[in-house]
Amino acid sequence: MESILEFHHINYAYHTLEGETKALSDITFSVADGEFVAIVGPSGCGKSTLLSLICGLLEPESGWIHLNGKPLNDNPTCIGYMLQHDHLFEWRTVYHNVLLGLEIQHKLSNKTRQKARDLLDTYGLGAFSDSRPSQLSGGMRQRAALVRTLVLDPDILLLDEPFSALDYQTRLTVGDDIGQILRNEKKTAILVTHDLSEAVSLADRIFVLTKRPATLQTCVPVTFDLAEDTPMNRRNAPEFKHYFNLLWKELNHDE
Amino acid sequence: MNKNMVSTAQQNYLNRLRAHRFIVWFLRVAILAGFLLLWEYTAAKGIIDSFIFCCPSRIANCFMEMTRDGSIFLHIGITLYETVVSFLLVTLTGILAAVLLWCSRKCSEVLDPYLVVLNSLPKSALAPLLIVWLGANRTTIIVAGMSVAIFGSILSLYTSFTTVDEEKIKLIYTLHGGRFHALTKVVLPSSVPSIISNMKVNIGLCLVGVIIGEFLAARNGLGYLIIYSSQVFKMDWLLMSIVLLCIMAMALYALIGGLEKLYLKKYSANYVKE
Repeated sequence: MESILEFHHINYAYHTLEGETKALSDITFSVADGEFVAIVGPSGCGKSTLLSLICGLLEPESGWIHLNGKPLNDNPTCIGYMLQHDHLFEWRTVYHNVLLGLEIQHKLSNKTRQKARDLLDTYGLGAFSDSRPSQLSGGMRQRAALVRTLVLDPDILLLDEPFSALDYQTRLTVGDDIGQILRNEKKTAILVTHDLSEAVSLADRIFVLTKRPATLQTCVPVTFDLAEDTPMNRRNAPEFKHYFNLLWKELNHDE
Repeated sequence: MNKNMVSTAQQNYLNRLRAHRFIVWFLRVAILAGFLLLWEYTAAKGIIDSFIFCCPSRIANCFMEMTRDGSIFLHIGITLYETVVSFLLVTLTGILAAVLLWCSRKCSEVLDPYLVVLNSLPKSALAPLLIVWLGANRTTIIVAGMSVAIFGSILSLYTSFTTVDEEKIKLIYTLHGGRFHALTKVVLPSSVPSIISNMKVNIGLCLVGVIIGEFLAARNGLGYLIIYSSQVFKMDWLLMSIVLLCIMAMALYALIGGLEKLYLKKYSANYVKE
């Protein structure tokens, strides 16, 4: 499979008056088209920085990032980014929140409007199109945020702990739900999480980062021998515990 | 819900609430009525000097007289006009200036001490200066009205613009929007409540500024009426003007309060719907 994303010896540091904090050190990896990658690591190790770099919100200090074989500037590849909180705007209806990205990118047309409606219907939000975000449950809000991202038809999806603000039960269902949606849409996705079981249940490959400055410690390919590879089935499969323990050991490597 | 299905406990609660509201209103009216009666009575009995303190009936008579010859409407109209114009100008320039400051962090840092100084300066000190510069005319009064509110307005609007959730702005960037989108899609819409509450403060301050201006540079308006009547000891005119100012301030504030309610009804789900 062709790689859609390439990281080549990336270094990044944050600068404040007090000094320099190295966040990422010499990170190199690539992600294949259609692959679901999870990134785990200790908290504050620079996982989110990685996503900000891919999205072009931050510039690496050295090294290069290629998307579809081209550098990030002027790259036609569309990147979708899902943040930790849904950030649905209360002054817009659910439907108009979903249109936000289209408005910004001047892609509003009857066709894209219809697509937004269809996606809302598909993910069970059709009846809530004209509701205010505060009338939705946490899980529904996160699904609306996903529709807001998907309606732009991104080639690659960045997920920055998108489930961590939800309560445990909702988190399991929404996580599985969204994992399933992404698998069905055959989207390339990069999920940043500190929840190991979430990573194992969703990803094809898991990158483990070290403490700050983060380096790529190891890469764990995840394969389940399942007739129907859903996150819920994975959780119940015998291999699940094996992967979980493996990751646990990798993360607590130094101690 | 069916109104006939209300339980006794709920009915009791509603009754208690109604009784509470009634008592609050009753006491409000009673305080005003009691005050006016006491004033009228003590003035009539000569306990207080009615030449200096006047009395409610004379104030009312004076108002009726000036209504009959129409002169009061001129004074009210002019003060109202000046206040509304300076309020609109303050709101507009306040928002524009705050947007400009938000757009350029450098600019806002450079200008910050000047705004703080101008904001804490007692604006009445500026009024004589304005008369010299702009002349004793309506422009001076409107500018005086603006000067009281404008700097505080810019500062508080700018603060509310900068305290918008950074993550919401990041969302705009992740959707590949620019700073302009951040402004129009996030900063301005999310600041509407603070813009409205800022307007509530401004309308009162503009009235203050306009009255200061009228004290010094007017030939009509309620401020002029107050300063003139105090000089010729027409206490009924003076107190009537103050009462009218109270009513005007209340009405203007209520108008913006109504605007706020309208906004909440439309855009906030927390607002209780029927």
